[in-house]
Formats: sequence, structure tokens, C-alpha cells
Amino acid sequence: MTARESTSTVARPLRMEVSGLQSLVAALWTAGYRVLGPTVGEGAIVYGEVRTIADLPAGYTDEQDAGHYRLRQRDDGALFGYNVGPHSLKRFLLPPRERLFTTIRTGKQLAVEPEPVPTEKLAFLGAKACELAALLTQDRVFSSDQHPDVQYLARRRGMFLVGVSCTKAGGSCFCTSMGTGPKVESGADLALTEVVTASEHYFLVEIKTAAGADLASQLPLRPATIDEQRQAELRIADAATQMGRHLSTVGLKELLARSTDSPHWDEVASRCLSCANCTLACPTCFCNTVEDVTDLAGDHSERWRRWDSCFHDDFSYLHGGSVRASVKSRYRQWLTHKLSTWIDQFGTSGCVGCGRCITFCPVGIDLTAECAALQARTT
Amino acid sequence: MKGRVRPKLAVWKFASCDGCQLSLLDCEDELLQLAELVQFANFVEASSKVQRGPYAVSLVEGSITTAHDRERIQAVRADSAVVITIGACATSGGIQALRNGADVAEFTRHVYAHPEYISTLRDSTPISAHIKVDYELFGCPINKQQLVEVISAFLHGRKPRIYSHSVCVDCKLRGTPCLTVTRGIPCLGPVTHAGCEALCPSYGRGCFGCYGPKESSNPASLMQHLSTHLGQPDVALSRLLRSFTAEAPPFASARKPYEPAT
Repeated sequence: MTARESTSTVARPLRMEVSGLQSLVAALWTAGYRVLGPTVGEGAIVYGEVRTIADLPAGYTDEQDAGHYRLRQRDDGALFGYNVGPHSLKRFLLPPRERLFTTIRTGKQLAVEPEPVPTEKLAFLGAKACELAALLTQDRVFSSDQHPDVQYLARRRGMFLVGVSCTKAGGSCFCTSMGTGPKVESGADLALTEVVTASEHYFLVEIKTAAGADLASQLPLRPATIDEQRQAELRIADAATQMGRHLSTVGLKELLARSTDSPHWDEVASRCLSCANCTLACPTCFCNTVEDVTDLAGDHSERWRRWDSCFHDDFSYLHGGSVRASVKSRYRQWLTHKLSTWIDQFGTSGCVGCGRCITFCPVGIDLTAECAALQARTT
Repeated sequence: MKGRVRPKLAVWKFASCDGCQLSLLDCEDELLQLAELVQFANFVEASSKVQRGPYAVSLVEGSITTAHDRERIQAVRADSAVVITIGACATSGGIQALRNGADVAEFTRHVYAHPEYISTLRDSTPISAHIKVDYELFGCPINKQQLVEVISAFLHGRKPRIYSHSVCVDCKLRGTPCLTVTRGIPCLGPVTHAGCEALCPSYGRGCFGCYGPKESSNPASLMQHLSTHLGQPDVALSRLLRSFTAEAPPFASARKPYEPAT
């Protein structure tokens, strides 16, 4: 994360054929990485293992809006012609369930067996700019000096990232509002832009780190022409004009901080299901809980960590009851933390503009619309 | 635990299908170990040998539908230190609560050859409407692993690891893409109490709501969305909330606007 990212050499972009992408996948497996990336799952593009480029969603795209996602076909055979789906990278770095240690009682002896530190090397192919921004946001959460997260950092350290700039935006996208996309600027080892024309299908490759340069040296690449670079830039610029949503961030942090008593929270709470879909789909929401499991005899116990959400009553349960008993207070906590107090805590917004919370809300509650409503009430 | 007197466990049946107490017998791997830790003092589905109370724990299955059962549940409470109700019938009145508010005398005339033998209350009610209940375990049927967890927590004097959140959380933990969002399938997951590990959605079927309403359930909002955005007709919405936990208050009130006028 540190040494690799700091490479500042601005090398000339390169051109890679589709067959070169296959060589890239093969080179990563050969180097000992487990390669993950977008695949077609049940009704959505989900993250899974990519053994060959045949595993990628060739010719698929998605249609997204509030509470709405549909897989669709596209006619150009593009491999990355869609936006982010229901899964995010946190699934792999902060797994939904994870054992932390095991305790075994033998007579009066207690033995604690720590969980081994993960050693698997992960590579991710096809990370969009917002996904990479989310990863950097989570890094700030889990790599603090006081409380570094050993499991997360072990997985993160060895990770190889192939970013792909977006050449289309979806109905829930607003990365331009958050300054995180659609172009992959940082966070990846290699940044690709897919270009499909009537006669050609190739990738523009930018080397972002030393590890990226090392891998690129094993691939059949040639310097890109000015026109090839322009083709890629045009497509990214196109995506920037297609954002389905917009969030006005000017003064938003302060507005949320002083809106604790806004009547708008009651209005949102009347629609909110407190089902936690937004937080679990969010690539930066990191809340988790720790629980102990015992066998019937009580001789074997395990401590597990699992995803949790600020939308749960139990989540803020202290002695005597839940601090946030009402759904109104839970939604307010989530939105205010994401867009306001996150900045105090970690120095950046907690939102990367990926739109997952909008698309995957079963009743289509839209964070950008709720912020606009709060902004409208005060002007 | 060894060397101590094993606490007495009793299992009681009220109006129900037996499926929940069958979950206890179904705990094949854990059953023998469980028998070393508790005495199955009164469990007629497993053994006709019945020991008298008082009991440390009573598991109660079924709803109250007769005057006789209304008396009997008081005796169960008086004889039990801890009462745990198990399943949709015991916790919400069950599928038989669909008769609540209807003409029971007319139902019995249509169903039974000799309706004069039928002596029943107008409503099917959960156990908690009659006695103080210490813990409720939801589901139709209950999840046997959850039952073992509740008994285990009781034996070790700790809080059971049972979640009151939505079924959606389990879909997310499994990685199942949302059926409503990605395929337009009506699903009660966002308003339903977890416990089944999102079994139906993992097979592409929307949640039936077997576990009843989750904590802070908001079915009115979900119904409105399914109506206006998914074009679900009123009759489908009313049926969606008329199943195993139909009379659980949040579900009963949320379906009212979609029910045919009577």
C-alpha cells in the first residue's frame, strides 16, 4: 500500500490486446495470486474467481436506479461495460464471518489458539475507480496506529489491483460528485481502459506502481498511439457526463452536523425498513460485532467477528437498552457518519459515490435525494 | 456440569403441527450430549415416561385455541422456572390465527361432520397473550440449531446468540444478490426476523416471512413499494402477509389497506 503506491514515474500509456488480458490473468495465477473479479452470478454481476478471461461478463451490462438492478446484454462484447454490483471488495478483506480465536478447556486448563494470520495473496481484476477509493477509505479505518487490524492488513498487504476506468455510468452513480472517478487515478497497480470500436477491441494500460511495472514487463504491450489514448479518454469523459445522481457536497458536513432535529428524519424513517441493506452493500461501512460461541458442554469456545450494522437495535445496546431505539435515529446516525463525522474521524468522506446504497435499498431510498431534501429545508 | 443434578426439561404441545418439537428430536448429533446435560422429564413425543414438575425449563409449542388450553398454560407456567415458546404458533398464533376475525361457527359447519363436538375459542392467540414468557424463539418451524443455542445459553447462564435483524442480513452474509432489486421478486426478507439463514432467497424464492416480523419491522413501507414500483396487485400483497405469522401485529396491520372489503 505504501511503497507500491508511491511510484510516481509517469510512463507513457501502453496498448494491450484482449489476448494480453488473458496473459495478465495467467501471469497473476503463476505469481501465486488468487485472481478475483466480476463474474455473472444469479441476476447480477458478482465477484468471484477469474481463472481465464472467459469468466468475465463479456457482453453484459447493468441497468441501475433506486431499488432497481437488472442485468442486460450489450452488443459490443465489452468485458467491463457495467458499473459496480451488489458485492464489494470488503467481502474479501473483511469477510462477512471470521473466526478470531478458539479456546479449549481441558480439566482446569484453558488453552487459547489464535487464528493464523491470512497468507493468501489476492489479486483483483476490474476494480472500478469508486471501488479503489472505497478500499483506500477502509485502509484508513483498519490501519490506524492505535488499532491496526491484523487480519485486514495481512490480506491487504499482499493484494495486487488491476483497476478499470468506467466508460459508462449507471443510474445510481455519482462518483464525480465525490471526486473518486470515473477514471482510475490511484489505488491500483495497473489501470486499464477498455476501448471497443467497430473494428477494434483493446485496452489502454497505465502502470501505477513498481509491482504493476513488474507484471507489465511480462505482457505483450506496445506504446499506445495518441489516437488510442484519445479514444480511451473520450470514453471516460463520456461516463463522467452520464452520472445518474448528483450529491452537492458544499457545506454538507456542516449542514448534517446541525440537522439533528430536522423533521426530515421522521419522513425518511417512515420509508426506511432498517433492514441494513445499504450498510452491508456499502463498500466502506465497516461495522462489525464480536461474539462467542460455545459447544453444549462448554469445553470448546470460539470468538467470531461478523458484519453488523448501525441499523440494528442490538448494535447500540448498552446497559439498560439501545441508544438508538428509533429507526429515525439509526438513519440519521448512518447518513451523518457517512457524510459528516467520518470526515472528522478519518479525514475524508465515508462515501465514494458508487450508488450501491441507492440501488440495493429494497424501497429505493436515495442518499442523494435525502441530502437534497435536507439542503432544501435550510435554504 | 458433571456431578450436578441435571435440570429438568419439559416440552408442551398446544395448537400446532408438532413440527417445532420435532426439531428437538431432529437434533441428532447434539441429542445424546443434550441428554447428558438435561433430563427430558416430560417430552411425550420422545418418551411416554413422564416425570412430575417443577421443571427448570419448559419449551412450549402451539397457540391457545381452546378454553381447556387456556387453563393448561397457566399450570405449565406455575410448574416452570423458565418458559421458552417455540415457533410461529406459540409466538404469533400461527397459521390457524387466519380465522381470527372470521365466523368460526360457520367454518366448523363447513369443515366438520359433527360441528357440535367442536369447542373452540374465537381467536388463536400466542402464549404471551396468556402468561409471562421468558424467551421467544421464532420460525415455522424453528431452526434446530437455534434451539440448541437457546438451551446451551440457558445451561451456561449466557445470552442466546439469536439475531433480531432482517433476513436481508443473512442474504448479504451469504452473498445472495437481492431478489427484489435484481429480479423484481416480492420478498418479505427486509421486514422478517432472521433465523433461517435466508434459505428461500438462496434458492431464488422470495421470503415467506416464516419467522415473523423483525425488530422495528416496517411492512407498510415495503408493501407500498411492492405496490407502486413492482406493480403487485392488492390481493397478492394481502396474501403475502397472510401466512404463518399473519396475526403478528405489524403484519396484520400492514395488510389491511390491501384486503378486499368485506
